[in-house]
Amino acid sequence: MLQKIGAPDAEALWEAIPPEFRVRGPLPVDPPLAEYEIARRFGRWAEENADAQHYACFLGAGIYDHFIPAAVRSLLSRSEFATAYTPYQPEVSQGTLQTIFEYQSMICELTGMEVANASMYDGATACAEAAHLAVGATGRRVLLVSSGVHPHYREVIRTYASAGSFEVREVPLERGATAMAALQRALSPEVAAFLWAQPNFEGVVEDGAALTKAAQAAGGYSIASADPVALAVLKPPGEDGADIVVGEGQPLGVPMGYGGPLVGFFSIRKKDVRRLPGRLVGVTADLEGRRGYVLTLQTREQHIRRERATSNICTNQGLMALANTIHMALLGSQGLREAALQSMEKAHYLASRAAQVPGVTLANGETPYFREFVLRLPGPAADFLKSAEKRRILAGVPLERFDRTRTKDLLVAATEKRTRDEMDRYIEALTDWARACSRATVKEAAWQS
Amino acid sequence: MKVPPDLKYTKEHEWVRVRGQEAEVGITDFAQGELGDVVFVELPAVGQKLTQMKSFGTIDAVKTVSDLFAPVSGEVTAINADLKNNPALINQSPYEKGWMVRVKIQSPDELGKLLSAADYEKALGAHA
Repeated sequence: MLQKIGAPDAEALWEAIPPEFRVRGPLPVDPPLAEYEIARRFGRWAEENADAQHYACFLGAGIYDHFIPAAVRSLLSRSEFATAYTPYQPEVSQGTLQTIFEYQSMICELTGMEVANASMYDGATACAEAAHLAVGATGRRVLLVSSGVHPHYREVIRTYASAGSFEVREVPLERGATAMAALQRALSPEVAAFLWAQPNFEGVVEDGAALTKAAQAAGGYSIASADPVALAVLKPPGEDGADIVVGEGQPLGVPMGYGGPLVGFFSIRKKDVRRLPGRLVGVTADLEGRRGYVLTLQTREQHIRRERATSNICTNQGLMALANTIHMALLGSQGLREAALQSMEKAHYLASRAAQVPGVTLANGETPYFREFVLRLPGPAADFLKSAEKRRILAGVPLERFDRTRTKDLLVAATEKRTRDEMDRYIEALTDWARACSRATVKEAAWQS
Repeated sequence: MKVPPDLKYTKEHEWVRVRGQEAEVGITDFAQGELGDVVFVELPAVGQKLTQMKSFGTIDAVKTVSDLFAPVSGEVTAINADLKNNPALINQSPYEKGWMVRVKIQSPDELGKLLSAADYEKALGAHA
């Protein structure tokens, strides 16, 4: 090959790289390992992770540790599902198309809406696409977003908006819930939609009916980003008249995997079906009258409509949407409701015990919440996390990560998987740390005086 | 394929029927035949201002979608509301029941840029 390209030796190929940047001699890496040695080494590294299998997990912030029946994984890994590609050809894709149709139907039931698409990448892109739909439908250019919407979702929305198609304005929270007076002030004939979260990022249950009413009274759309587990017990935003209901599907049978893969759901009113982004599966009948499933209204999509498509997302998160479908089918509405209620009761038990620990308060006071809440600690939340980790507890997500001023605020979630023992150990860890914290403060005060 | 002699046409296959100050607009028999079954039309709102040869809406057939181009500039005075529930009227009756919008003609000079039936038929010759 060197001869063919006219190079005298391999060294000549690297000539363009200055000599001082070239490695002389062997690479400074370990010698090769046998397969079993590699497996052992990686196994050891994996054991250093503080994961939800070995730690009591009170993390939430958009990703939740709900129970997933083993059948979900086992069905997902069937090759007919795991390797399936876009079902353009209905005559050979009835199985895939039917699961998507079932998925859409279940999402509609959960959200109280009329049409759901075949899924989006995640909750964040679902929110951004919803904003885009509302801007197109209303011909207005301002999107109001509650600060209760996940900070990462808000970033993704701003990224979409940076292309110039709409402008984002935020509506602040007041004691954890969207500030109604601020929303009223922000609403105007320029506002295409108001996007809010149910429950919101701080776990608070919003007054969905009032928010939707306010947004629509100003001629804008009401877009809810809802938690699908919460929808099993809370009134679905669709029943309060929301125009679009989207959300993150991870809590329905998708494992927590370092933030992914995720899956977004997207549901709307029939009036906007021509503006729906992504895939849509419909049911029809063949020439002999037998039921069949097909991708429908494809002229909205990028492969036909090109630059005039309703969205640049022309795919769905098929396998994760299937995980949602199997999970919901296995639990049923009763099972889903039980998971939601248990999560809520456990979170409320933990919160009320935590609020009794001297120096610890609930940051949002009496505002109602679902399975997540904010603790205000007597010292830096990062300190408590370190001390709890030593007791094999992942105690929460520090809000300092999203807002530098909130060093003492910790976002804590509980699902139906948390046991009484795990929660009591949490309180023990919190009590011990708070005590040590107050002693340190007293000492510091004595020293300063 | 019908090309009524009393109408004016665009190269993009829209027809125009001039009635005093107003122009009625639709797509030609040839266009509807090429598109196949029309399933949806997105039309502008009454009061919206159209600009000659700029897109004023879209038309969806089962497997394709096309822009609709305004043959003349002006304000939309009426839209064909029947098309919302029955877009197939465009296939069945492209020059009568399948009309799309009526526009208040802004500058009559623009009509001069449109094709006559004979010219349009000549242009179609290249297609046919």
